[in-house]
Amino acid sequence: MNRQGWGLQAYAIFYLLFLYAPIILLPLFAFNSGTIIAFPLQGITTDWFAQMWADATLRRALTNSLMIAVSASILSTCFGIFAARASTRFGFPGKGGIMAFIMLPMVLPEIIVAMSLLVVLLGMGVQLSLLTVIAGHTLICMPYAIAVLSTAFSSLDRSLEEAAYDLGETKWGAFRLVTLPLVMPGIISALLISFTISLDEFIIAFFLAGNEPTLPTYIFSQLRFPRAIPVIMALGTVLVVLSIVLLALGEYFRRRGNARIGGKPTGGLL
Amino acid sequence: MARPRLDSEARAGLSLIAPPFLYALVILAAPLMTILAYSFLTDGYLEVLPEGTLQNYGQVLTDPIVRAVMLRSLIVAAVVTFATVVTAFPIAYYVSFMVRPERKAMWLFLITIPFWTSYLIRVFLWKVILGYNGVVNSSLTGLGIIDEPLTFILYNVNAIVITLAHAYAPFAILPIFVALEKIDRSLLEAGRDLGESRLMTFWRVTLPLAMPGVIAATLIVFIPTIGDYVTPEVIGGGKIPMIANMIQVQMLALDNRPLGSALAVTAMVIVALVSALFLFLNRRFLKVRQ
Amino acid sequence: MTDKPMIQCHGVHKYYGDYHALRGIDLTIRSGEFFSLLGPSGCGKTTLLRTIAGFEDISDGAILIDQKRMDEVPANKRPTNMVFQSYAIFPHLTVAENVAFGLRRDPRGKAEKAAAVDEALAMVGLAGYGARSAHALSGGQRQRVALARALILKPKVLLLDEPLSALDRKMREQMQVELIKLQRQVGITFVLVTHDQEEALVMSDRIAVMFEGEIAQLDGPEALYARPATRRVADFIGVMNFLPAQVISEAGGIVTAEVAGLGRVDLPATQISRANPEDEGPMVGFRPETMTLLGPGATHSQPRETNATIDEVVYYGDMTYYDLRLDGAARLDGKARTVRISMRNVFGRDVQEVGTRTRLAWSPGSLVLFR
Repeated sequence: MNRQGWGLQAYAIFYLLFLYAPIILLPLFAFNSGTIIAFPLQGITTDWFAQMWADATLRRALTNSLMIAVSASILSTCFGIFAARASTRFGFPGKGGIMAFIMLPMVLPEIIVAMSLLVVLLGMGVQLSLLTVIAGHTLICMPYAIAVLSTAFSSLDRSLEEAAYDLGETKWGAFRLVTLPLVMPGIISALLISFTISLDEFIIAFFLAGNEPTLPTYIFSQLRFPRAIPVIMALGTVLVVLSIVLLALGEYFRRRGNARIGGKPTGGLL
Repeated sequence: MARPRLDSEARAGLSLIAPPFLYALVILAAPLMTILAYSFLTDGYLEVLPEGTLQNYGQVLTDPIVRAVMLRSLIVAAVVTFATVVTAFPIAYYVSFMVRPERKAMWLFLITIPFWTSYLIRVFLWKVILGYNGVVNSSLTGLGIIDEPLTFILYNVNAIVITLAHAYAPFAILPIFVALEKIDRSLLEAGRDLGESRLMTFWRVTLPLAMPGVIAATLIVFIPTIGDYVTPEVIGGGKIPMIANMIQVQMLALDNRPLGSALAVTAMVIVALVSALFLFLNRRFLKVRQ
Repeated sequence: MTDKPMIQCHGVHKYYGDYHALRGIDLTIRSGEFFSLLGPSGCGKTTLLRTIAGFEDISDGAILIDQKRMDEVPANKRPTNMVFQSYAIFPHLTVAENVAFGLRRDPRGKAEKAAAVDEALAMVGLAGYGARSAHALSGGQRQRVALARALILKPKVLLLDEPLSALDRKMREQMQVELIKLQRQVGITFVLVTHDQEEALVMSDRIAVMFEGEIAQLDGPEALYARPATRRVADFIGVMNFLPAQVISEAGGIVTAEVAGLGRVDLPATQISRANPEDEGPMVGFRPETMTLLGPGATHSQPRETNATIDEVVYYGDMTYYDLRLDGAARLDGKARTVRISMRNVFGRDVQEVGTRTRLAWSPGSLVLFR
């Protein structure tokens, strides 16, 4: 490698350090026995993890978040399958406008989605609950699910489905036996991405959940209390480990699915 | 034989798109229409009076506080976008051109992992890193480089910029990387073959071809940044609000929904204008190249 | 092959919006026939095939298969099966699962079905490949799996959409012969869509040449090659030389014409075809191999002889192409032109050189007048 190459490589490593700086700090403070989040570190402890485990509000927030994320990811992926199939397989009047409108939440500041939805819900007298959060999260996860699924659907040879139909299957049979298994890696990716987005989403959950805590709103409420921070660091550490495992798993399934249908392993989860 | 107005393909497509479209209509279009309507109504005490007015927009455009917040949001978003895209480009270039093909996926994986960890915690940790007794200051004082903790990185716009640039880094790297990957490598060899230096080849071939990715990255970073609510709240401690914080305060804390709505509509118009400008630039750029 | 009609198209029209893709197709394909639809891309041949398969509705007219109306019958209920251009092999299934795909609703038992699959695989030369994963196959093998998958259902008609276009040249020539043999063996009506005129000539009993949604000529391969019905068909199939001609007289179905470079010839009605609308006047055409280049002092039994100069020689190993300037070729319109003659290279016959004065032997029977 020439001099320019070395320069770039050094920059890349420096940049990765910048990207990972907060994440490297997480476990440091999570296992640090000092109650103040500052250097120098004191000693090693697992107390914060124990406290986290014993926190009933946190458990409630986690249950709520999981319920929301599971519902929102399934709903948005189902809607996504409809939209991705419609846009990759069929031509219909108004297609461009309809698709652009459905993808709009991707480029709309979340605060506007949250506020406008909140104003309407309050105006209609709807009780804020987990359901209202699920409704909002489904809306903002849908475009990401559609983006992932459209790639999966459009890389599918159209004549595969026609061949199944030609060989005597019904249209539904052709979809179930041929299309669905082939886009399954895309469906799993869409579920994972929607799940992750929903799990980490703060603004909509903050305004639409009423009194119910979710993981991000719980974290936000605790950040104000210096005493609670070490527990949040422990929670953050667990979340990082979990998301790395989840991502690696998703990547593994994607590659396996790819290998099974003879595709080339390219790109990342995004 | 009479041909039906919609053929079977159009009917199949429309019936498939109907569920997601109806959902977006109810959950997105209806609320947006409502705040658009609100923004032209008068704020009563604890209620919205059905009297049409342009006064809310008048206030948005003339009120010095609103103007200052709008301007701050625009400047922060512009600086964050610029910083993020400029620092992201070399990384995308490095991964696309210098990393061996079989290791590219791993690099992308490495770049995206931090993005999947809780946004709130990441933002908070930047506060820890940049704070008065934070990592940077305690290290620098510990090494004897500075005597007093640096304050210019603390609880101010600079801290917001650094935090947001970190949060949206993968969003900038990925589109640029995709655009660079699409460049036919023989074009670069052709450039070199025709006697251009490495730098000139980059300037005259690589950069123009990567431009669509750069513009996509700019938009992808700019739009969420200008509407960001969390970072000013956590880093700035609510003392340096941006547009999203102001919308929230008007809507909920002050219960002035018409003014809040007018702010939201104005923010959307700004986002739309900036997006349109960049898309126009992109199109012009592509046209020139053809 | 019998004379029983298997596929009948009556006045078939197809519109895509304002685009008129099929313009009144009338066509009868006989039972057991190897039939080809030949034409350039966009001529409507694939659309016609897909309307027969049931993938496209027709806008007007009627399609009958085995003398039953099919217009309203969906593709999965028609007695036709298709081999797709991309083969459409299901990548998530094994070879055997691919071949057995259409048997899912078959009431036969598992063992019987497995035997049918083995038999179908053996028929296409893939015995023992059943357990392999479909995406690991080569292009030629995929093609065979697609054939087995369609033929196992014993359709009345097998439709093939450009089945050989994805194969390399050697493989393509091998598969052409195998397809002919397979068709003879199973006796099913084959309808092949191709843009490759050579492929159509090699494989078909009859060929329909299509341009712009219409059938320009429907004939056997020899008739199509030797007596193209229009100048356009002649241009599309093989190489044909054209010389300007002038009609002198017409009597009793015989046209007497003066042909630049060839002199006066009498041509019966069977040797007269339609010119293109944009042609400036009548033209006489002939194939490169219908004339013989004579060596010095050579004799021949052809009725006519013409003098020429060799303008260019292209040597191909088995063949040599000569571009010739015929004496008097520019007499009618003043334009200089060459004609191409092909000669098989046989032992003892020298390749002639550029610039040589030479003689051509030919017969008026090999000419076609386009007017």
